[in-house]
Amino acid sequence: MSGQMQFNSQSGAPGFKGPVTQMSYLCASCSKSNEIKPKEPIRCHDCGHRILYKKRTPRMVQFEAR
Amino acid sequence: MALQDRNRVVVLEDRVENISGAEFPLSFDEQQVPFTLASFKETFDIKIIRVTPTDIEFDLIGIDASIANALRRILIAEIPTMAIEKVYMVNNTGIVQDEVLAHRLGLIPIKADPDEFQWKRADEQPTDQNTLVFRLDIACSRNPEAAADETDNRVKYINGSVYSGQLAWIPQGDQETRFAAEPIRPVHEDILVTKMRPGQQIVCEMHCVKGVGKDHAKFSPVSTASYRLLPEIQILEDITGEDADAFAACFAPGVIEVVEERGVRVARVANARKDTVSREVLRHKRFEGKVRLTRVRDHFIFNVESTGIVPPQKLVSQALDVLMEKCDIAKAALAQATSGGNSNEMDEE
Repeated sequence: MSGQMQFNSQSGAPGFKGPVTQMSYLCASCSKSNEIKPKEPIRCHDCGHRILYKKRTPRMVQFEAR
Repeated sequence: MALQDRNRVVVLEDRVENISGAEFPLSFDEQQVPFTLASFKETFDIKIIRVTPTDIEFDLIGIDASIANALRRILIAEIPTMAIEKVYMVNNTGIVQDEVLAHRLGLIPIKADPDEFQWKRADEQPTDQNTLVFRLDIACSRNPEAAADETDNRVKYINGSVYSGQLAWIPQGDQETRFAAEPIRPVHEDILVTKMRPGQQIVCEMHCVKGVGKDHAKFSPVSTASYRLLPEIQILEDITGEDADAFAACFAPGVIEVVEERGVRVARVANARKDTVSREVLRHKRFEGKVRLTRVRDHFIFNVESTGIVPPQKLVSQALDVLMEKCDIAKAALAQATSGGNSNEMDEE
C-alpha cells in the first residue's frame, strides 16, 4: 500500500500550522466529541473516560481502485 | 501416427494420447500432408451455435490451437473497457477500509461504450473525452417506520446495504448530450458494495478510465472466455440389447440414443457434443474394445460470456481485429528482419 495514498494539499502553506488549532476527539466510552487543547489531560469532559479516538482527516484522500 | 488419427486426441482409460499435433512432413503414415492456403480455406469454418445478450457459443474448425488460444487470450486481456481507476474518498466511516472499498468499486462493470472514449495516459489531465465521473454520497440511518422489534436489517435500517445502483453518474462537459440515448451506469444495479450501520457515512468520487485486462482484471470485458475440443465417440462394434441401455447410461443424457434396427436395439451416437468425456464407459469390461473416445484436435468449441458491457458477438469480432493487427505487426517485423536487416536487428525481433 505504500505510495498509494496522496493527500490533497489544502490552501495555506504546507507544513505550517496556524495558531494552536483545537482538535476534537471522540470518547471511546460515550462517543461524545471532545475539544482538547495541547497539554490538556486526555480525558472526556463528559464521562471522564481516558481513551479518546482521533477523528478521520477532513481532507480528501485519493486511492487507486486496484 | 496413423493418417486417420491426424487430428484426433485419443482419450484412454488412464491417459490421453496424441495430445500435440504432428503437422510436419511424413509424420502421418509417412505421407505428405502439405499445408496450403487452398486446403485451409476449404476446411476452415466458423459456426455460431448460440447467441444471447451475454453469451456466445461458436465453433472454430480447422485451425491450430495456438491461434485459438491467442483468440481466447485477446478476449480476456486485450479488449478495452471502462472501469473505475481513481477513488477520491472524502469520508468513509463504514466498516470497510478505504483501500478495500476502492478496490471493490473498481471491480464494478460500467456500462459505457469504450469506443466513445480516448486512452488516458498517466501524465494526462482528465477530460470529458477520457474520464467518467461517478459519485457515491450515502449515509445510513435507522428506519423510523420500522417496528421496535424489527429484525430484518433491510427494514430496520435505511441504506444498510450499499449497492452498485447507488453510484450516481456525474456527466462532464458534453457527456450529457453524447450519452443521452444510453446514460452511463453500472451494468448491474444489485452488486453489494459494502454494508453500513446507523451513523456511518461514505462520500467519494470515482474516476473511470479506459484500460485492458492485461493491466488489471477489472478491465476484462469477459466473465469467462474458454474453449474445449469437440468430443467424439467411435463405436467400433455394435452394442445391442441390454448393453445398449447400459452404454447410454455411461454418458450424459442426449449423447447416446438407442434405436431399433432390424428388430435389434442398437446404441448410436446422437450428439457427442454434449459428452462430458467422463470416461465412465472405459471402466466397464463389457465395452472393452467396442468404443473409442477421442477429441477433434482442430475443432474448438468457444464459450464467451460477456460482463454485459460489450455484446458477445462484438467482443469476438473485436478480438479478431486485434489478432489481425498483431499479425500485421509481426509480418512487417519479419519482412524487415529478413530483408536487409542485420543480425542485431533480428535478435530484437
